[in-house]
Amino acid sequence: MHAEPKGVLTGVHFLDGDHACCEGTLAAGARFAAGYPITPSTEVVERFAWRIPTVGGVFIQMEDELAASIAIQGAVWGGAKAFTVTSGPGFSLMMEHVGYAAMTETPCVFVNVQRGGPSTGLPTLPAQADMMQARWGSHGDYGIIALCPNSPQECFDLTVTGFNLSEEFRVPVMLMLDECIGHMTEKVVIPEADKIEITPRRLTKLAPKEFRLFQPQGDMVPDMVKAGDGYRFHVTGLTHDERGYPSMNVETQDRTVRRLQEKLKPLANGRALCETENLEDAEVVVVSYGITSRVAQRALQLARAQGVKAGKFRIISAWPFPEQRLRELAGRVKAFVVPELNLGQMVHEVKAAVAGQAKVIPVTHAGGSVHKPEAILQAIVEAAR
Amino acid sequence: MNDVLIDKSTLEVPVEIPPEAVNPVEPFLRMDRMPHIWCPGCGIGTTVNCFTRALIGSGKNLDKVAVVSGIGCTGRVAGYAQLDSFHTTHGRAIPFATGLKLSNPELDVVVYSGDGDLFAIGGNHFIHAARRNMDLKVICVNNLTYAMTGGQTAPTTPGKVISATSPYGVFEPAFNLVALAEAAGAAYVARWTTYHVKQLSRSMEEVLNKKGFCFIEVLSPCPTLYQRRNKMGEGLDAMKYYKQASKVRNGARTSECDLSRDGEIVVGKFVDRDRPDYYDLLQAQMRETLGDRYATPEVSCCEAGE
Repeated sequence: MHAEPKGVLTGVHFLDGDHACCEGTLAAGARFAAGYPITPSTEVVERFAWRIPTVGGVFIQMEDELAASIAIQGAVWGGAKAFTVTSGPGFSLMMEHVGYAAMTETPCVFVNVQRGGPSTGLPTLPAQADMMQARWGSHGDYGIIALCPNSPQECFDLTVTGFNLSEEFRVPVMLMLDECIGHMTEKVVIPEADKIEITPRRLTKLAPKEFRLFQPQGDMVPDMVKAGDGYRFHVTGLTHDERGYPSMNVETQDRTVRRLQEKLKPLANGRALCETENLEDAEVVVVSYGITSRVAQRALQLARAQGVKAGKFRIISAWPFPEQRLRELAGRVKAFVVPELNLGQMVHEVKAAVAGQAKVIPVTHAGGSVHKPEAILQAIVEAAR
Repeated sequence: MNDVLIDKSTLEVPVEIPPEAVNPVEPFLRMDRMPHIWCPGCGIGTTVNCFTRALIGSGKNLDKVAVVSGIGCTGRVAGYAQLDSFHTTHGRAIPFATGLKLSNPELDVVVYSGDGDLFAIGGNHFIHAARRNMDLKVICVNNLTYAMTGGQTAPTTPGKVISATSPYGVFEPAFNLVALAEAAGAAYVARWTTYHVKQLSRSMEEVLNKKGFCFIEVLSPCPTLYQRRNKMGEGLDAMKYYKQASKVRNGARTSECDLSRDGEIVVGKFVDRDRPDYYDLLQAQMRETLGDRYATPEVSCCEAGE
């Protein structure tokens, strides 16, 4: 189906990443947001609070991030598409409900505009140090999807994609912006509503008597219902059987938890989102994402100008990690250079995917600014030797 | 099973139940989940019985009633109610219910949880939902302890009581829940015990038909942990205590309704006032500011059968 025109601000705009992300939520059909103020993310919900009363929906500012991250899930079970927005410290508080969304297979979107950490860290300055937290921050085994835009345009586009994926796979989706991308203002083109593909909620067609809330379909994802439609269903964060009833035994645990991870396999393999350039003859591949990919772009230009065969692999869907694509590359390149605004997070995933077939060189940065292109260039040149 | 340890006389059914007999609350329960996990003498089942009677009395369309619970013994109520029901995370039933209600305003949303869940880990959410006058019906089964985890001190545990984490006696002052609810802005505040089944059912029915943030505290026995540790006898002894110590004072000042280990229990309906609820305030403000540009919220993205 296509986007509902009411929420789509078709046209050419000059927007920052946070505002573009907000327009993405509206285009995707989100009519409910719950938030709690935190720099540098608040602009997303500020714009939502400004826009939503004329579109037809609700924004509520909750008392904390714990409340915001569970209010959206109540809204989803009431039938809404819903999201919340935060940054590092708030993201930490929301981990409780990332787990709840994963366990109850509640489709919802968490926007994290990353800043320097740990703790209060650098409220107004960038980092990409929440990447592992996005994947592993809540207790237990589960899977999530994380997308990393590198421009305001992508903040719009990937927000729509993120909502669509969350509906398809029934998982929490994280939009992992960073302070630079969130506050960077660029041209953003918002298409007409009928050019925007929207994934509808996978509502069951079965009658209440035949319906089982957690019965996986062919793609391992169960169909859904909403409250008030006579299904009299039960949702719990306890390990549950296909009826949704608590079932605390080894077999149910194994079946449930494995499925929560395995249903996302297509995104680790064929459907992984990435952008590549000059990989055909590349000896060194720079793997980057978010704002760092834009710095890496300059380093790649400089490297090619020096005659170094360097190629680009930009991660767009960071979780599940696009391991298949990197593994395929690994056999035919010398090295991977992995610059990140952290002390080494996604580089471990690159290492695991490459499995010793090529060198993997981190270019770390503790956050607060972006890399200097020269730092990445130097790593490329050394790797090519 | 070891026959020696079982007194078979206790297993006898004293009265013959005629085969055509119907338990009137069965349609409201997930009978495929019985037996429930609550202990003998626990009062939670009594409150659920009252709740089902209130549902019958209220004439509500049960497809449009949702129950949201947190974690703990009372948190399990959602799992037994044959309604749309949500067993959420510890302390977060109220913010979950807030999202549910705002996305689907035609639902009657009942939050059913315990004292530790609603007033320790969830205390902040409680006061803010009351402040906003969110249209939620909050039923708090107060057994004065954390029962599911083994009887630790709760913010409601009265002074001098022995608990698993206060082996030498509780010395922290406890919350007076009804005073807290009133101060935070609740539209309706009542307290009963599981001895007061008629009054409790009536209160529950009343709040199902009242708009705004409504709060009912139900004192309920925990013989397994709270009473055993404090040598307070069985469930029946708690009933006797409730009967003897309770004083019905409708309209009493909530600030004078503190509870103690074995003192008077003031019960009754204390607050019943009309305040515009969150959703009405939201819409009124938007209409005032935006006029015709305001679009009535249509939050749901899907209709069944679409």
